[in-house]
Amino acid sequence: MSDNPIREAIAEAIRDNPTILFMKGTPDAPACGFSARTVAALQTLDAPFAAVDILPDPRIRQELSALSNWPTIPQLFVKGELVGGCDIVLEMLESGELAQALGVEQPDDVEDGAAAAPTRPAPLGIENRLS
Amino acid sequence: MPTTDELKSRIEAALPDSTAEVEDWTGGGDHFRATVVSPAFAGLSRIQQHRLVYDVFGAEIGGAIHALSLTTKVPEHS
Repeated sequence: MSDNPIREAIAEAIRDNPTILFMKGTPDAPACGFSARTVAALQTLDAPFAAVDILPDPRIRQELSALSNWPTIPQLFVKGELVGGCDIVLEMLESGELAQALGVEQPDDVEDGAAAAPTRPAPLGIENRLS
Repeated sequence: MPTTDELKSRIEAALPDSTAEVEDWTGGGDHFRATVVSPAFAGLSRIQQHRLVYDVFGAEIGGAIHALSLTTKVPEHS
């Protein structure tokens, strides 16, 4: 039935996984600051999630955005619905709505969590190894 | 390369009675951060609010505009 196997596979993954994050890189090695902060938000809540790296094939991103009508990566889906990207996920983490959507407890220390405050990305990925 | 002023005026032209504050997040002219206040957001979910802003730029998001980080708000008195 499918003349578009990639879009079909994406739709199936969204259907089959109650929480699924499409991101650049992997949760252990995110390839973009926005993806990294979204992963950190989910980890702050100890919420289990499936993750798909969209980088290996440009068609994944193309088909995902066509399906979701959302232009940017990452994209978080819960119970088959697009929740949002990094901005929305972080706002929802702070307000407690994310914990509610995921059916987990809101930890007391979210305000202090690394994910809670969006930080300005460094223009260059330079690590200070001198100190 | 798009400028913050250009993004601001395009958002404000597209969304009725909106005000937008746009900053260049990295100084590189492709990662932007915008706070948009518009009565057009009333009654919409965050997803729908952000889509209204993303729709202003279409395929430029992910292209010339590598990233546009958004905060959307409904004005307190409208």
